[in-house]
Amino acid sequence: MTEPVSVEEFTSWLRQFAAIIHENARLLTELDSAIGDADHGVNMDRGMKAVVGVLDGQEFEQPEALFKKVGMTLVSTVGGASGPLYGTFFLRLGGAMQGLEKVSAEQLGRALRAGVEGIVSRGKAEVGDKTMVDAWSPALDAYDAAVGDGLAAALNAAATAAAQGRDESTALVARKGRASYLGERSANHQDPGATSTTMLLESAATALS
Amino acid sequence: MKKLINDPADVVKDSLLGVEAAHPDHVRVDHANKIIYRKDAPKQGKVGLISGGGSGHEPMHGGFVGLGMLDAACAGEVFTSPVPDQMMEATTKVDGGAGVLHIVKNYTGDVMNFEMAAELAAADSGIEVKSVVTDDDVAVQDSLYTAGRRGVGVTVLLEKIVGAAAEEGRSLQEVADLAAKVNAQGRSMGMALTSCVTPASGTPTFDLADDEMEVGIGIHGEPGRKRLPMASAHDVAALLVDPIVSDLPYGQGDSVIAFVNGMGGTPLIELYIMYQEVAQLLDKAGITVARSLVGNYITSLEMAGCSVTLLKADDEMVRLWDAPVNTPGLRWGA
Repeated sequence: MTEPVSVEEFTSWLRQFAAIIHENARLLTELDSAIGDADHGVNMDRGMKAVVGVLDGQEFEQPEALFKKVGMTLVSTVGGASGPLYGTFFLRLGGAMQGLEKVSAEQLGRALRAGVEGIVSRGKAEVGDKTMVDAWSPALDAYDAAVGDGLAAALNAAATAAAQGRDESTALVARKGRASYLGERSANHQDPGATSTTMLLESAATALS
Repeated sequence: MKKLINDPADVVKDSLLGVEAAHPDHVRVDHANKIIYRKDAPKQGKVGLISGGGSGHEPMHGGFVGLGMLDAACAGEVFTSPVPDQMMEATTKVDGGAGVLHIVKNYTGDVMNFEMAAELAAADSGIEVKSVVTDDDVAVQDSLYTAGRRGVGVTVLLEKIVGAAAEEGRSLQEVADLAAKVNAQGRSMGMALTSCVTPASGTPTFDLADDEMEVGIGIHGEPGRKRLPMASAHDVAALLVDPIVSDLPYGQGDSVIAFVNGMGGTPLIELYIMYQEVAQLLDKAGITVARSLVGNYITSLEMAGCSVTLLKADDEMVRLWDAPVNTPGLRWGA
């Protein structure tokens, strides 16, 4: 059995994600300039810097309050489609942790699923549309399949599955988001949203395991 | 790429300072929230009209704030939707008790952020908000399976016509219905001769050879539907007008407002050459041009190229088009 996750550990996950986004901001923007509008890295970097600013200035007692604040911060600072999508994800993630001091591996799995349901209802994308959902969906399934072996196993499986989903969506023609305007020409480009989602899960696997 | 800027991170902030300094007779600027709003807002009893979107499309939307058009415009980062906080603040600023209409271009980010703003505004302030989403771009064909058609040129015409209706004191429902009608009767198609360079990235958003053009572009520097060898104004006009005319469809006896828009980097002399080609094609199809608009109104930074928008206009729409407007970007009769 793994120890349940505390607010402090979630905070270090968010800081790691912010650092990875910052390091890869140019890569994300380059991916976006091929099939979108060349702003995903810049926007996510601005949003996660604002999140780090919040973490520096405020202590959170419970995961729910932490993630809701993160969600609102991203909604208010990122803009584009990523702001509402990642913002909604963290708002729902926090909502699913209501009343919890610490979060077990099973509870985190359910909260992640609630977060992704928020992304799907906000963005109306399905698996195969070449969006971040192509990374999220297999990641949730892999998490659930491995959660019996503990949190580290579940998060590692989720990160690996997200990367695989991201890579498999590269060949697809986009049907949602700005890349969909390119039609066939969007095929064989890596999706920036699926890429940042994979980074979020990889940083979770490192920070929470 | 050379640009007349200071710090790339300050492009939107600095340009809003310029708007405020240049147009004190028309607008005020809320710098913290990056909102341009009418100097006399809120107008009691008048439906408030708000639009917004990424920056880089000037004069849209901030240049259309003033008498007979918008009450407020929210400026996002370059090519990035503004955030719900801005739209909520703008909604509060312009509500004169008759409700607020959000005019949203159909881009995924804009739609989601305005949706969140409308949800939050309804929950927090009780201000009645309606939305119209423009989606006039015929370059996007299989809209059933995509994010749908983009909102482009018709947005400018809609802001003018609906702005006149709001100025006359019509109700929120009437204004929203008119907005939906204008959107339904308008179609656009655009093309680019060059890409454009966002200040943050410093490099062109796509590569285009000297002898090529992109057909079916949007307004955010995204590449178009297809790449073709460069052609004459005569041939390009047909590439843009034919898919528009066959889409609605427009036909013999229809009356339209014809709008030839520059993408930012094409001189007016070329836009007028395009306009006369467009006018000839419409004449051949038996379509009457009731009014025209030629110039750079919905741009994509320094992109060279143009778009064509046709709006099937009845007498009432033409009357509202002719009504006084006094904004930094569009002015007549006032």
